[in-house]
Amino acid sequence: MNYNWNWGIFFEPSPEGTGTYADMLLSGLTWTVVTALCAWVIAFFLGSMIGVMRTLPSKTANAVGTAYVELFRNIPLLVQMFLWYFVLPEVLPESWGGWIKQLPNAPFYTAVVCLGFFTASRVAEQVRAGIQALPRGQKMAGTAMGLTVSQTYRHVLLPNAYRMILPPLTSEFLNNLKNTSVALTIGLLELTARARAMQEFSFQVFEAFTAATILYVLINIVVIFTSGWIERRVAVPGHR
Amino acid sequence: MLSNFDFSVITSALPYLFLDGMRFTLTLTALAAVGGIILGTLIAMMRLSSLPVIPLVAKGYVNLMRSLPLVLVIFWFYFLVPYLGQWVTGADRPMTVGAFTSSLVTFTLFEAAYFSEIMRAGIQSIPKGQAAAASALGLTYFASMRSVILPQVFRNMTPILLTQTIVLFQDTSLVYVLSITDFLGAASKIAQRDGRLVEMYLFAAVVYFAVCFVASMAVRRLQKKIAIIR
Repeated sequence: MNYNWNWGIFFEPSPEGTGTYADMLLSGLTWTVVTALCAWVIAFFLGSMIGVMRTLPSKTANAVGTAYVELFRNIPLLVQMFLWYFVLPEVLPESWGGWIKQLPNAPFYTAVVCLGFFTASRVAEQVRAGIQALPRGQKMAGTAMGLTVSQTYRHVLLPNAYRMILPPLTSEFLNNLKNTSVALTIGLLELTARARAMQEFSFQVFEAFTAATILYVLINIVVIFTSGWIERRVAVPGHR
Repeated sequence: MLSNFDFSVITSALPYLFLDGMRFTLTLTALAAVGGIILGTLIAMMRLSSLPVIPLVAKGYVNLMRSLPLVLVIFWFYFLVPYLGQWVTGADRPMTVGAFTSSLVTFTLFEAAYFSEIMRAGIQSIPKGQAAAASALGLTYFASMRSVILPQVFRNMTPILLTQTIVLFQDTSLVYVLSITDFLGAASKIAQRDGRLVEMYLFAAVVYFAVCFVASMAVRRLQKKIAIIR
């Protein structure tokens, strides 16, 4: 292979003048993690709401939940990103659209909202599956104890369902983390974008992508360990 | 506002969008799905084999692919495939590889990791007694895989393999990062040329939604039809 390896490249200053190439990649890593965490907050709460709606007896709630999940699951994430970033400001009343366009860090906010809504549809499916996997007796017992529907969900169904779906939720979180890289198309300077920029500035393609790969693998490992720790922390003693 | 929504922008771009863009997207999806399922099946067999080292290699490959974002993998292979071509053919300079070949290699190798997990679950769900019975009948490992195990796995897993293919269809839109004219790439080129982002991106979203929604409904019907009552 006639390729000039140069692993020292990470300690050379980047042409942006704010530090070395390594600093550049690490700032990308920070944006990736921050975006993923913020999007997860939206995804978790919205997804739980939609998932619960799909298990309620109300037909309307069911229909709204199903429509949400189908809409957000059947459009590619990249197209959704463009809709939020390019189309939404044009479709809104002019003053709102203008305000959105002027926001500092607009790619970041757009990515957070887009990923949040997108991942919510996946979280919703997991929450619904978790609630439906519970024995029917739990809901009946809740009702028999005189709890209202929302109290039954809050104190009986959801605590059990969340414990059960923790592993699939972890993989949804990892998907969400990887999906932040799609936001490079709207100009978010996350890890993949930074690795790409480093490759363009320095021509050291494989060093840049190897570093990004290692960083992604490391975050994956951290997330998996954290999730295992949470699982042990919240496990009901004596249960299984 | 939507008051100046111009349908003629879309209608005049239809031939380009579908004959150039959608054809690329569908060809890439179909070939990558076939290649990914074949390679994925091999990886699944490697992972379940009792030989030393080989299961570890397969596991490492699958876990690595699954922990990387597709966009990064697309960039990786875009730069790596010319060198791989040089290494395979023994040429003295990196091969020039077209956009289509490069993305086909990328998607085949990337999706193989996901397909292999489906196939692995499928193979493991076949009762062990069947493999034992096949070897008692004197079938070799490959013969029993080919005529006993895999036919059942494919039958049971068809709906999941098709669902993953729908995901793959959506994922191919990411070749946008290499400025390739797939369906979204075509829409985006017209959008930028005519300054009509609203029309083109909304239309792209509607088309993707229609295709994926109809396809996933069809998969659900198929699933009910072929479900084996155990």
